[in-house]
Amino acid sequence: MEIALQNITKDYGSVRANDHVTMRVVPGSIHGLLGENGAGKSTLMKILSGYTPKTDGEIRIDRGIVEYESPAHAAGLGIGMLYQDPLDFPLLSVLENFKLGQSSSDMTALRIRLTDLCRRFGFTLDPDAPLASLTIGERQQLEILRLLEKGIRTLILDEPTTGISGTQKAALFSALKQLADEGRSVILVSHKLEDVEALCDRVTVLRGGKGAGEMDSPFDPDQLMTLMFGTRPKPPPRSAEAPGGPVLNFTSIHARGGRTGLKSCSVLIRENEVVGLAGLEGSGQGVFLRTAAGLIPPLSGEIHLKGQPMKRQNHHGFKRKGVNFLPSGRLEEGLIPGLTLAEHSALQNGGGFWVRWPGAIADAARRITNFRIKGEPNLSVESLSGGNQQRLLLSFLSENPTLLLLENPTRGLDVESANWVWEHLHRFCAKGAAIVFASSELDEILAQADRVMVFFNGAVIKDVRTQETDLRELGLAIAGRA
Amino acid sequence: MIRNLAEILLSLMGVLLFTTLILLIAGAPPFAAYIHIFKGSLGSLNKLSHVLNAWIPLTLCSCGLLYTFRIGLWNIGVEGQVMMGAVFATAALRLGMGGEAPLFYLVLAFAAGIIGGGLWALLAGFLKTRGGVNEIFAGLGLNFVAQGIILWLIFGPWKRPGIASMSGTELFPINLWLPQFPGLRMSPVGLFLAIGAIAVTAMILRYTRIGLQLKAVGGNERAAFLLGLNPARNMLLAMIFAGGFAGLAGTLQVSGIYHRLIPAISSNYGYLALLVVMLSNYDIRIAPLVAFFFACLNVGSIQLPMMLQIDSSLSGVIQGILVLAVLGVQAWRARIKIGTQGVKGSPGGANP
Ligand SMILES: Nc1ncnc2c1ncn2[C@@H]1O[C@H](COP(=O)(O)OP(=O)(O)O)[C@@H](O)[C@H]1O
Ligand SMILES: [Mg+2]
Repeated sequence: MEIALQNITKDYGSVRANDHVTMRVVPGSIHGLLGENGAGKSTLMKILSGYTPKTDGEIRIDRGIVEYESPAHAAGLGIGMLYQDPLDFPLLSVLENFKLGQSSSDMTALRIRLTDLCRRFGFTLDPDAPLASLTIGERQQLEILRLLEKGIRTLILDEPTTGISGTQKAALFSALKQLADEGRSVILVSHKLEDVEALCDRVTVLRGGKGAGEMDSPFDPDQLMTLMFGTRPKPPPRSAEAPGGPVLNFTSIHARGGRTGLKSCSVLIRENEVVGLAGLEGSGQGVFLRTAAGLIPPLSGEIHLKGQPMKRQNHHGFKRKGVNFLPSGRLEEGLIPGLTLAEHSALQNGGGFWVRWPGAIADAARRITNFRIKGEPNLSVESLSGGNQQRLLLSFLSENPTLLLLENPTRGLDVESANWVWEHLHRFCAKGAAIVFASSELDEILAQADRVMVFFNGAVIKDVRTQETDLRELGLAIAGRA
Repeated sequence: MIRNLAEILLSLMGVLLFTTLILLIAGAPPFAAYIHIFKGSLGSLNKLSHVLNAWIPLTLCSCGLLYTFRIGLWNIGVEGQVMMGAVFATAALRLGMGGEAPLFYLVLAFAAGIIGGGLWALLAGFLKTRGGVNEIFAGLGLNFVAQGIILWLIFGPWKRPGIASMSGTELFPINLWLPQFPGLRMSPVGLFLAIGAIAVTAMILRYTRIGLQLKAVGGNERAAFLLGLNPARNMLLAMIFAGGFAGLAGTLQVSGIYHRLIPAISSNYGYLALLVVMLSNYDIRIAPLVAFFFACLNVGSIQLPMMLQIDSSLSGVIQGILVLAVLGVQAWRARIKIGTQGVKGSPGGANP
């Protein structure tokens, strides 16, 4: 099917998420939609899939103008969208999930269809497994098969490569190529250049809600970067300070939490130091950060902050000593859904019986400017895109912290945003703060940290300066061979 | 606000439709029934004063519940908090029986009532924050206990001289009654307090740090803690507000309406207030209006069974229908929210 979006505009209150965007998708092609966080990609695709109504513009399908009457309308025309957070039912089995929305309810026939489809695309899904036991990647595979069975002719995938393994990504890409060969169209939404380069025939780039340009493969990465960001971002300069006095001192700390807990951990972290925590997800990094933040009381061992013992102090006690913790779950732990930016500002600048709303709004506006957040003081935080939520959280770090504990500070941010975040963080170091951050990207640790601690099974099995190690050595340590 | 109001009017119409259906099934003429309800509630100044007598405690309880709902607590215990307010107020007024300075004892009764309701709420709060007991179960349990205490007092320590009876404790001397409007069985004090409660609640929730903190903890307890708030303390604070307002309602029941403690002193106003607040979509500007509607329904239908020769258990059925209608409206609203905004649990959050 041929899809043409013409001059699509979408306003969320005073935020213009899409501004006269035009895009044409040729049948049987894989079309990329590229742009940094908040560029308006998800919004545009939600309009195409009938999930959100557009403010203005035209959708043409096979040359006819269509106006969706309901979300089901788009599905009926053969457009299916794979959302990043799967919409499936964890308590049902794989087969039962596959059945949802299908016209047939003959379980035996559906089972055969599912097995056939799996074979065709090289997926391995057990029809009787409970859905909850599947990985994100497998749930994605199931959702693709389910949409195909429903007879869709255009498949939209919103950031499908976030959170899946390398093998799953390869399986996904080969399946998508196969779909295109069969004459179906695929739209791949991503903020990652590499996804688009690996797969797409043509790409549309969005910047700030507007169409920035289109390009056919083979792509010139430099040119794509320019379309995405205007000018190419440079990696930020590294801090060159020598480590100063002690900030955080762990002596034989044991703590419970997560999958592994924290085992016999003794560490000294100094002023001006940037320490990266590496390891498989859930190997103790989270427990380390939360113990250092006073959120998890240690079972045994001692914590000293700037030389003072921190026995029986909760997070608020640590906070008063200048410890700041930034959790990775932005809307789960960091921000308060339902509250606006201004309300968050007001909570930050505590004190007094009355809330001074004009002051809070002005403060939120200042954060929006200083931290380049795309949003308004009176928008609620869940309507911000992920990158903007992260910027807002960063704006809440105190002015002169002693210790910053950051869990995946740049997860899901595009290159430019991540660079911007690090530039900002290094400024704290220059003022004498220490930074400890967990990241699943070794590249990021090597680029940003002075020192790296590798966690395996709840213990620190390697603690070195980043200059004295490399990717291969760290990779081995992560796998438990230090 | 306008949209809210429209939704609420729509759901009230739904409630009316349901009741019509029930009345038809029961063989009563619905139109005549509504005329009776209307005349029975707004037909005369005297009837209106009865409606206001129901509206006052309903509104006070609703104001209190706005604090607990704001922080995400289901304060089912509000019913027991009304009762304990009444018990404490009665205790204070008994001290003043036959003595001098009635005004002093009346003021004391109000303070005691507020404290009684507040303490009872605080108990449920502590069970929640310290013991991890769900506030719904804690509240229900405490409601039974409060009812037990009232019965025990009426049949034991506070029984009438002579014989104890379900009609309650001995009447207070007239000088311990709240002053009434001339010719009406209604006190200006209650009206004044209810209007005051609306104003104070609106102000606290909207313009003070307390209101903002309650909202923050209700929205995300973990994040609120990381931002430096103390969730447990805020929960206790919300409970104290709710219990205090409920206790005030209980005090008015004792000192302004019944002039004694009776077993049914709370008249189910606490439970009804839960409905009022949910139906008004937790909006302080709308809750008093919905409370007024319920008060009219309550007062207007008292004589219905007698006038139309239908069984009096029917009003129980109607109350049940109201509960279901309110829950239905809630579910419907939640669905509309997901449909139009795509916020929580929606597929829209495809941002990394
Ligand atoms: N439901 C919403 N309400 C208000 N603003 C929104 C909503 N969804 C997205 N936005 C805003 O629209 C802009 C584009 O967001 P989005 O389409 O999610 O970007 P992308 O997917 O490219 O990261 C952002 O500034 C975001 O804050
Ligand atoms: Mg997106």
